[in-house]
Amino acid sequence: MLIRNPNPHHPTEAEATAEGHYWNRRAIVAGMVGVGLLPSSVLSAGEEPALARLVAKRTRDAGEPATSYENVKHYNNFYEFGFGKEDPSRNAGRLRTHPWTVKVDGLVAKPGVVDIDRLTRLFPLEERVYRHRCVEAWSMVIPWTGFPLAALLKMVEPLSNARYVAFETLHDPSQMPGQRTRSLQWPYVEGLRMDEAMHPLTFMALGLYGRVLPNQNGAPLRLVVPWKYGFKSIKSIVRIRLVDRQPPTSWNLTAPDEYGFFANVNPAVDHPRWTQSRERRIGDWLPRRTLPFNGYADDVAGLYRGMNLVRNF
Amino acid sequence: MALPLAILVGRWLMMAGGVSPLDAGLTAEPVAETINRLGLWALRALWLALAITPLRRLTGWAWLAPWRRPLGLWAFAYGCIHLLVYFVLDQGAAFDLLWADVVKHRFILLGMATWLMLLPLALTSTRASIRRLGGRRWQALHRLVYPAGGAAAIHFILRVKGFQIEPWIYAGLLLTLLGMRMVPRRRIKV
Repeated sequence: MLIRNPNPHHPTEAEATAEGHYWNRRAIVAGMVGVGLLPSSVLSAGEEPALARLVAKRTRDAGEPATSYENVKHYNNFYEFGFGKEDPSRNAGRLRTHPWTVKVDGLVAKPGVVDIDRLTRLFPLEERVYRHRCVEAWSMVIPWTGFPLAALLKMVEPLSNARYVAFETLHDPSQMPGQRTRSLQWPYVEGLRMDEAMHPLTFMALGLYGRVLPNQNGAPLRLVVPWKYGFKSIKSIVRIRLVDRQPPTSWNLTAPDEYGFFANVNPAVDHPRWTQSRERRIGDWLPRRTLPFNGYADDVAGLYRGMNLVRNF
Repeated sequence: MALPLAILVGRWLMMAGGVSPLDAGLTAEPVAETINRLGLWALRALWLALAITPLRRLTGWAWLAPWRRPLGLWAFAYGCIHLLVYFVLDQGAAFDLLWADVVKHRFILLGMATWLMLLPLALTSTRASIRRLGGRRWQALHRLVYPAGGAAAIHFILRVKGFQIEPWIYAGLLLTLLGMRMVPRRRIKV
């Protein structure tokens, strides 16, 4: 039996705008575009087909208001689709997320290739509202839908010598035009230590705001590690490999003195470009203080006990 | 040169009127976007100002000459607003935070250096200043524009993440403009 837990982000039928009003609004917006008051992008944005719903139970709240859906969809770092923050929302339409498979292999007893549709049904879906802190000193609050990475890893039965998990993004310049430039080495790769990967906060997202992921946010499957800078949360994953050695990671390969393997949010360790003690929450005018481990210290500080977090940045 | 500024002001007025930053065309992070755009226009105006003399030499177009000073002043004006928005909305108008940022980040230091080098040039941009300083000393002072351009170019290169081509194009243009000055003057008639 399918139990529907109403999601607080989903408008009920009664809350929905009546069709007449909706079209009326569109006529007004189109008129404004016509006389040059609004950029034409507002029109095409309105024409996007709504993404499929994902039914999930909310299991974690951030205790703060979420960043608007529009802002989450239109302010992205996804260099596979361009450098500009709005480039991914413009260019990610070429990405084909169906069919899509994820290969899970390496040091596991049961390696395999999982179809994305099967992956969506394999585990009970949860909705978790997490803070998301970019290394560029901006942040958002995002309601993700997905499942803990630990559930997937347990399913493939890691061997005792598996110490790290390596992730890989799709590599296909015909779908990801940014891969024709040499801004990074392609494909994008990321990694976690086994205990980080198995931590209950570490999440595999299939959706946000109760719908499947928009392409520019890493569809159809991405990692979310809320206590680390955003670049660790690799998007559009095609392969997950369990390994015995620390795997290479994309930004670390590009600038090892700027981006470490751990990349835990740490207000005490500055990046050469960005002061990390403060951040601007998208939607705010003034910066706010950044919290150690992005506010998740109670959950995860224990993972790094005894480690020098200045050296292991 | 006033147009980009007018457009930016228009977008801020839209936001003041309740339009979301995204719909006002300033992305979801309007502060960062505004700072970036102002910086880019400061750079463009400075490059154009630096292009006047070599272009005159190349083409002999004397009518270009009166454009040099206003372009230089526009570069300084955009630089001032760029710095002001960064100081107020990024550093919370706190001088201790600003100082900490300057000391910690090389690209901020270079941006500050650019502004400080352009400041005396803007202050001595009048005819009266040329008379007071004397042509030779005024010219020597205004050669500060070359290191200012260099600092601005490196400021941009260090600012972007990963390898992006745009700041290198600006650096290449600057080197070309400065290199053209090395060519011995032949055709120019002042």
